[in-house]
Amino acid sequence: MDARQIPWVEKYRPSKLDEVAAQGNTVEVLRKSLKLANLPHMLFYGPPGTGKTSTILALCKELFGPKLMKSRVLELNASDERGINVVRKSIKTFAQLTVSAATPEDKQNYPCPPFKVIILDEADSMTQDAQGALRRIMENYSEITRFCLVCNYVTRIIDPVTSRCSKFRFTSLDRNSALARLDYIRSNEGLMCEDGVLDLLLHAANGDLRKAITYLQSASMFHQGAAENGMEVDSTTVTMESVQEITGLVPESVIEGFLQLTESIDVDTIKRAVEDAVNDGWSATQILSQFHDTIIQNSLIGTNAKTEISLLLSRIDRCLTDGADEELTLLDLLVQCAEIRSKY
Amino acid sequence: MLWVDKYAPKTLKDLDLNDNLTDRLKSLAYSEDLPHLLVYGPSGAGKKTRVSAVLHALYGNSARNVKLESRTFAATASRKVEFTLIVGPHHFELTPSDLGPNNDRIIIQELIKELAQSNQVTKSAHRFRVVVINEADTLSRDAQAALRRTMEKYTTSLRLVLVAQSTSNIIEPIKSRTLQIRVPAPDYESITRVLNRVAQEERISPVPLPEELLAKIFAQSGRNLRRALLSLEAAVSVLPGDQQIVVSNSTTVPPADWREVITEIAQMIIKVQSASQLLAIRGKYYDLIAHCIPPRIIIKTLLTELLTRVSSSKKPSIVTAAALYDHRIQIGNKSIFHLEAFTAKVMNVLEH
Repeated sequence: MDARQIPWVEKYRPSKLDEVAAQGNTVEVLRKSLKLANLPHMLFYGPPGTGKTSTILALCKELFGPKLMKSRVLELNASDERGINVVRKSIKTFAQLTVSAATPEDKQNYPCPPFKVIILDEADSMTQDAQGALRRIMENYSEITRFCLVCNYVTRIIDPVTSRCSKFRFTSLDRNSALARLDYIRSNEGLMCEDGVLDLLLHAANGDLRKAITYLQSASMFHQGAAENGMEVDSTTVTMESVQEITGLVPESVIEGFLQLTESIDVDTIKRAVEDAVNDGWSATQILSQFHDTIIQNSLIGTNAKTEISLLLSRIDRCLTDGADEELTLLDLLVQCAEIRSKY
Repeated sequence: MLWVDKYAPKTLKDLDLNDNLTDRLKSLAYSEDLPHLLVYGPSGAGKKTRVSAVLHALYGNSARNVKLESRTFAATASRKVEFTLIVGPHHFELTPSDLGPNNDRIIIQELIKELAQSNQVTKSAHRFRVVVINEADTLSRDAQAALRRTMEKYTTSLRLVLVAQSTSNIIEPIKSRTLQIRVPAPDYESITRVLNRVAQEERISPVPLPEELLAKIFAQSGRNLRRALLSLEAAVSVLPGDQQIVVSNSTTVPPADWREVITEIAQMIIKVQSASQLLAIRGKYYDLIAHCIPPRIIIKTLLTELLTRVSSSKKPSIVTAAALYDHRIQIGNKSIFHLEAFTAKVMNVLEH
């Protein structure tokens, strides 16, 4: 496969604990355990794209080194079948296996502690039964096997399992460290960006570094392709415009326009604006979420009005998820919003 | 041949709307790699035209060489499902509504696996083949979740092109794995440009077409190019003349007959608000449904008609009612109930 096709998310996945962006405390604790060459069972939780999977993979690599990792680490994620049968068979079998011997060479370079690691990625999508089956396995084979559960919602993991793990919370990346990482990738790929492009990427990705990196790669792919065909696009400079298109963000002017329309109840004007927006192909859910951001940050709208609008937004979101007509639903949203604002 | 098909652009070079987008597609199609695509936009904006142009750019003329294939597929041990799909030498094209909501997951998985595991036999410029999924927003959640893994696993031999009206019903993981391409509906200038070009080819005079006629066609089309072309063809087809067809500002553009029925319904609602009137309107609704006009289109068109006829203080409640009953039609089963309820609600609003 040609190098260009490797997703940058994989290419720039940190291979050492030190490379993991932000997450100070967690990494600190893990580094200590690395020195002691011992691990508890672990539960990583936090929003997507904050480095949970990267951290555990990097940790394993530092513990075992690339060669030994193959026989010592089992990684399962939600796309693998993980019903109760798999827990009973594959996971149990792997947990029971005797620890493979490390070569002297590996021993010299890596701690190579005498246990295996089972990583259960996206563990919150495992069924309750499957998690229940894990309970005893975790205890029985704790001498030779450590579990690391990775999930977004810690509440979906049953209590008996959480109480067997030490929990690590991953926080949303702060802007600076995320920006630094993106900038590192950008310069490594020899890419130039207009001012503000990286900021926009982060904003669109909403704290999810993985998403931001994927967007950056899409943008660069577009520019490179364009240059190869002798088009008049600068191959190495990513423009604000292309990022806006790739991320599917609705331009602020459209959202601001909507907000202004809700200042008075003029159904006909609102209808025309909504028709235009829908015809331009903007997705209603995207409009809804950006509209929400604008409303919340707007200081001119009173608290009472905001409360009522929040209720309205929740209902509208429900309708859109059920597949109601986008145009009618948006129209309803704006008209009702205007009514609420006229009341206060 | 309808003008819509006759003058549809065949290759990327022929595309004449949305130049920015065309450049973007060219740059993707001519580079050696193509990401998974999610093409979205309102109907009549040219999504499929663009997809088929991209396929043409990828595989040349053989991409046009397609046939309809009917397959049977064992959904469970005892139950067999039959479905049809369009098969080309390098691509599949399928529409989930043909597959049925309960089977789409299994069928998509099987098809994609079959395609991914066999390599290209015929020679082509690319190692991968393309699966086009139309109406991707109607895919069930299960099917979308199943795609998620397949998209990553078979990237070497397979590219997906999802075509959807809106991205609202597409799950986040798929959106983040695809390059999203928005196809906006053409504006007035673009539509008039196309209409004028077609008029010239069809020897209609005068070219450019009269301003008022264009305005009439545009108003009826709702920025839908396909509908605009059909309107023009319909308007011209009733005019006499063999060699040279002459149009003028007064040329009538016949509105679709179902629209007229809906206009009538709107007038009836505004004239009298009573139970007997509701009964009369009900007959019309049944008529429309029997002629295969989707109930949700009825409600939307009816709203537009009503809004032009009622006082502005009543408008907000009517809009809310329309949105509510449209939602109910979507999740409910028997749409006539909701159409009637909407009518009753509007009558109620008008009376007070």
